[in-house]
Amino acid sequence: MGDADLVQIVERAADDLGAYLHVPFCEAVCPYCDFAVVAGRDDEVSRYLKAVTAEINGSDAVGLVDAVFVGGGTPSRVSGLAGLVGALEERHGLAPDAEVTLEANPEDWTDGKAEELRTAGFTRVSFGAQSYDPMVLEYLGRRHSPNQIDAAVDSVRRTGFESVSIDLIFGSPVESDASWERTLGRALEASPDHVSTYALTVERGTELSRLVIGGAPAPDPDVQAGRYEIAQAILQDAGYRRYEVSNYARPGHECRYNLIAWAQGEYLAFGMGAHGHLDGVRFRNVRKLDAYLDAVERGVSPRAGQESIMTGDPGLGNALDEERVVLGLRRSSGVVLDDVATAFMASSAGIRLVEAGVITAREGRLVILKPLLTDEVCSSFLASRS
Amino acid sequence: MISHIRNFSIIAHIDHGKSTLADRLLERTGAISERDMKEQLLDSMDLERERGITIKAQAVRLSYDAPDGQQYELNIIDTPGHVDFTYEVSRSLDAVEGALLVVDASQGVEAQTLANTYMAIEAGLEIIPVMNKIDLPAAEPERVAKEIAGVLGGSSDEVIAISAKTGEGMDELLEAIVTRLPPPEGLEADPLRALIFDSYFDTYRGVVCYIRIKDGVLSKGDRVRFMATNNVENADEVGILTPAAVPVASLGPGESGYIITGIKEIDRVRVGDTVTRVDHPATTALPGYKEPKPMVYSGLFPTVGDDFERLRDALEKLRLNDSALQYEPETSTALGFGFRCGFLGLLHMEIVRERLEREFDLDLVATAPSVAYRAFTTAGATIEVRSPQDLPAANQLDHIDEPFVKVMIISPSEYVGTIMELAQSKRGEMGELTYLSPERVEIDYELPLGEVVFDFFDALKSRTRGYASLDYEPSEYRTSNLVRVDVLLNNQPVDAFSAIVHKDRAYNYGNTMTRRLRELIPRQLFDVPIQAAIGGRIIARETVKAKRKDVTAKCYGGDISRKRKLLEKQKEGKKRMKMVGSVEVPQEAFVSALQIDQDG
Ligand SMILES: Nc1nc2c(ncn2[C@@H]2O[C@H](COP(=O)(O)OP(=O)(O)OP(=O)(O)O)[C@@H](O)[C@H]2O)c(=O)[nH]1
Ligand code: SF4
Ligand SMILES: [Mg+2]
Repeated sequence: MGDADLVQIVERAADDLGAYLHVPFCEAVCPYCDFAVVAGRDDEVSRYLKAVTAEINGSDAVGLVDAVFVGGGTPSRVSGLAGLVGALEERHGLAPDAEVTLEANPEDWTDGKAEELRTAGFTRVSFGAQSYDPMVLEYLGRRHSPNQIDAAVDSVRRTGFESVSIDLIFGSPVESDASWERTLGRALEASPDHVSTYALTVERGTELSRLVIGGAPAPDPDVQAGRYEIAQAILQDAGYRRYEVSNYARPGHECRYNLIAWAQGEYLAFGMGAHGHLDGVRFRNVRKLDAYLDAVERGVSPRAGQESIMTGDPGLGNALDEERVVLGLRRSSGVVLDDVATAFMASSAGIRLVEAGVITAREGRLVILKPLLTDEVCSSFLASRS
Repeated sequence: MISHIRNFSIIAHIDHGKSTLADRLLERTGAISERDMKEQLLDSMDLERERGITIKAQAVRLSYDAPDGQQYELNIIDTPGHVDFTYEVSRSLDAVEGALLVVDASQGVEAQTLANTYMAIEAGLEIIPVMNKIDLPAAEPERVAKEIAGVLGGSSDEVIAISAKTGEGMDELLEAIVTRLPPPEGLEADPLRALIFDSYFDTYRGVVCYIRIKDGVLSKGDRVRFMATNNVENADEVGILTPAAVPVASLGPGESGYIITGIKEIDRVRVGDTVTRVDHPATTALPGYKEPKPMVYSGLFPTVGDDFERLRDALEKLRLNDSALQYEPETSTALGFGFRCGFLGLLHMEIVRERLEREFDLDLVATAPSVAYRAFTTAGATIEVRSPQDLPAANQLDHIDEPFVKVMIISPSEYVGTIMELAQSKRGEMGELTYLSPERVEIDYELPLGEVVFDFFDALKSRTRGYASLDYEPSEYRTSNLVRVDVLLNNQPVDAFSAIVHKDRAYNYGNTMTRRLRELIPRQLFDVPIQAAIGGRIIARETVKAKRKDVTAKCYGGDISRKRKLLEKQKEGKKRMKMVGSVEVPQEAFVSALQIDQDG
């Protein structure tokens, strides 16, 4: 915790360049999912990959890419990802030590796929494992078994990827503390380099939200707080270091791509619904498959919108500073104790948070001691600025 | 010609059809074209139209061509019927010589029918009884005519039967207005004496006064003196209301209209004052009005602290148009600077607050309404307690007196038993019981004012299926077993939530408030105890458990803009919080917790 190497790692990410490639195809849409996904459109895969390639080829070069993230959707379901990474490398160039992550579902994984993707330049695989409890997997609408998770992680290891990560979701109404502990135990047995643990969140517009509105049990935030603490204890005991609200890694295996986002760094974005950040502007592509394909094929920009973080409402203070702190505070190493952070600590809200043991100043940085209250801290910070 | 002027108010119990009758009069005299006609036209305030009731008395001049070929000038004032606005009625009665007493033929005589009748008799007015809504199938014209005759001591033949809806009976009514109501008296040659019976503030023109000329003549351009404030002004404009304001050259004795002098300083004008002419001054002013005594008090606070001065200004201006409203500055540790305001009842309180919010664009919090108690200290002093904060500490308190009112209830006789039971449960002391007719009875009670204004009326309505009506007037103070219940947030009393209640209801109040607050106060960084206490004794307790989780699970490159928006929203919520000690209380919590329509 608070290790000097970690501070260095997270701060260095601010100067890295990322690239996000979105592959939206899924077997079916999971009830809790609010990502930009499509199901039942697999016949469009090759057309889509062509479109993304075209989008990459048409983008302005801004420098070597340090971290690539191919997310979804379920990229592991499609073949032809090698072409995407190739196009990116050709257009922008990849740094020699670049991290290239693939998001994958365990049920799609085969040794053959592992070989192919490793050869294509992927260095890291992140599995949507979610749980080792069959009841929870069913509740979440997942189609894999606990054993498939183990098999997939094994296969990645054998193929020589540099890093493998497991995503877990906790706090669903069908889960118990004991079930969550068993899931964590089995995940550790698989010995991943990186673990993400997410509290199940009912997002608007999802099937889950419709069910909850209709009276189905909703996740209980207090129960989730308890589970969060369980995960924190078990994972830290096993040598995983929490470096962000929901992310743990063995030292050196932090996800570089995500660190860029929390360091307010820049990243390119390709594919439907992809978000990017360049030159103080956050932009996003259209979120509908047909609209995306149509735009790219007609040779027009698939951008759906953008906003400048430089030109926030002047009455609200410097939006750039505010965003930097709000993002940075999600990291266990927090943010540099500069004028902005110092002013917050001296505000009445800051003082109350210090007194309540929620935030503190440590080795020249402002850090959150109770990550479960991160949004409380961030909204207090924003309120203290206006 | 003064002999052709008729001035009268239309008075009645609520909803008996005064404003609708005024519509017919406007229509019959051609004051309003058919195209511009709408129901209850004189109810011009949005609030009146939304609620379907009259809040402000409204004067209008009509010109009536009688069948005998003569033209008459009718100055009519439509008045409100709700008991909270009786002061509007009483002021109008000093500006007229007659009254149309309207009674709903399907309801009969009700409490405000009687109360308004007594006021009209006391003002020496000629009363024309009018039975309205005879078109209704449920109308009982014979019974009701008899009831009216009984009240006025005349014969039921004098009652004019009409339908303000269909227009039936209007000819007869107009004839009666001309023949039965006396013309005003007053000489043009006398010094001017004009009674200000109402006023309002116009942003462009300043104070506009509604006046009734008793003696003399007022012309545009006259130098005039407001006698009570001794303020000399120029009559920039003199006019009549048709109902639109129409300037005229002058107003003579017996006429009503308005005067604009361009005054912007509100304290120079007082409703009830007499306007006279500087060149031909009157020596004695008209009697004017007695200030009404507020029945309930409540603190009004701006939700935004900076709005205090705007609230002061708004109250000053609103008071011109609502002279029953009283106010004085008040400070609350929880709510900051505001005003303790006196109202004639809960509806009046609600209306004032809404008018302040709408007409002056303010956002207000009102504290729990309270009647005025009298506290007697052990040192022998008497303190008027208009807010729970005024109550001396328990160890200095000898006893508390509470105001009682004389209540008149009118109801179908079948409900007598129910009403007696209810009144008894509210500590009522029964007076006389009088049969107005075999089916209708008047019961008099002495009841604590606090019980009457807060829930007696609603309970009465619901237990008599809406058939009973009630009117009340102040009576005496009596010693009662009252206590102050304080509400403590994180062990600190929050003044805005304190209340003086009868001992038997203290537990209930404490419980309701603590439970309500537990729902309304968001979880904080630590456990927050909410307690209700009488002196040092805790009578109810709840806890808001500390917040454990407030974090977005995922935040990656694609979520940043959205995340930022969510936090901005959360921030806005934070900014609406008021710090009470170390507890963040949302502004809405004050409003909701103090809502009185809930039980308790
Ligand atoms: N059927 C019928 N309905 C009537 C008649 N006169 C009035 N009403 C209805 O009775 C209701 C109350 O009428 P208003 O004219 O607003 O009564 P009001 O006495 O002015 O009421 P307040 O000013 O609130 O005291 C309205 O719904 C009218 O439409 C009538 O002669 N016949
Ligand atoms: S597999 Fe992943 S991306 Fe696809 S629907 Fe399920 S949760 Fe969403
Ligand atoms: Mg009316």
